[in-house]
Amino acid sequence: MIETTVNTTLETTPRTTLTVNGKQRAVDADPRTPLLWVLRDHLDLTGTKYGCGIGQCGACTVILDGDAVRSCQVLLSRAAGKRITTIEGLSTDRSHPVQQAWLMEQVPQCGYCQSGQIMAAAVLLSSNRNPTDTEIDDALSGNICRCGTYHRIRRAVHRAAELARASRR
Amino acid sequence: MKLTTHPCRIAIVVVASSLAFSSLLRSGGRVSAQSPEQDRSLRAFAIVSSVLTSPRCLNCHVAGDSPLQSDSSLVHTMNVKRGPDGRGTPAMRCTNCHQDENSQQLHGPPGRPGWRLPPPDKRLAWQGLSIGDLCRTLKDPATNGGKSAAQLIEHVRDDRFVNWGWDPGPGRSIPPISHDAFVAHFIEWVKNGAACPQESQK
Repeated sequence: MIETTVNTTLETTPRTTLTVNGKQRAVDADPRTPLLWVLRDHLDLTGTKYGCGIGQCGACTVILDGDAVRSCQVLLSRAAGKRITTIEGLSTDRSHPVQQAWLMEQVPQCGYCQSGQIMAAAVLLSSNRNPTDTEIDDALSGNICRCGTYHRIRRAVHRAAELARASRR
Repeated sequence: MKLTTHPCRIAIVVVASSLAFSSLLRSGGRVSAQSPEQDRSLRAFAIVSSVLTSPRCLNCHVAGDSPLQSDSSLVHTMNVKRGPDGRGTPAMRCTNCHQDENSQQLHGPPGRPGWRLPPPDKRLAWQGLSIGDLCRTLKDPATNGGKSAAQLIEHVRDDRFVNWGWDPGPGRSIPPISHDAFVAHFIEWVKNGAACPQESQK
């Protein structure tokens, strides 16, 4: 929801309501602000990273109503009223199967791209419980890792799928 | 129908028409054996095809499962795939990056609401086709998504992705003639029988 409110300095500021990590948040920001900067600068959720700023690297990936969007490209107006999950909200205790698998496989090297990788992997596994190597590659090809951790990422997605399946038994 | 009146645009259309007609004459000389209506239709389609084969159209009307990008029509980076509905694969949906409007940053993603490729069961693919085969693909409802002539005209006139071709965002060329001229020639092609070149000229 976007509504215009009058603040104490009598300037009109659009207020946008979002649901971020299960909590409703109100943000006073230009509706054309990229979601990435709303998350990082307004809501102090700095786990989502700025990489390229033009939707080419995937470091800023968050989940918007189930899709792995590039938050540097998503305007606040598109996110209004939607459900957003960031790396901080994937679980409260690192218990999400993807987080567990990432720890088990010791995936990160420098780590900068990893929150984006994890969010994309979580979206993949939400629609495909047992992805093949090809399906993993297709789903995560938009997430670039300058350290080249791709083999560990692929292993970790397989392991996360196993963990998720085991938890359902 | 709104026709372009800018002198430069008219000149471009006239030159393009002449070149297209010359090209048809060179490519087998069949034009002289056609009726005047067929001649007009073929000439119009030669101009229409210059738009259809521009990167702005061709990059999404692809034969395979990956869209193309840039004026060089390179395979889309990031291993982007058409997916089961033309909107990408899980975690790689087109609208994950492509928004409702163009990014104004150079190399940023272009955008329109619902950015997608044609779905796999209606590919509307003309990458690699000769102009004649492109023409036949376009007018055959079995390969054009079930569209009648009137629906084709509506599509080229009103479709948001077609119109995007003339507003593609920074760093991308636009087709060689204006959208108004494109629609006018498209109508001219249809009105005169939607004739297609016989030969397989590329």
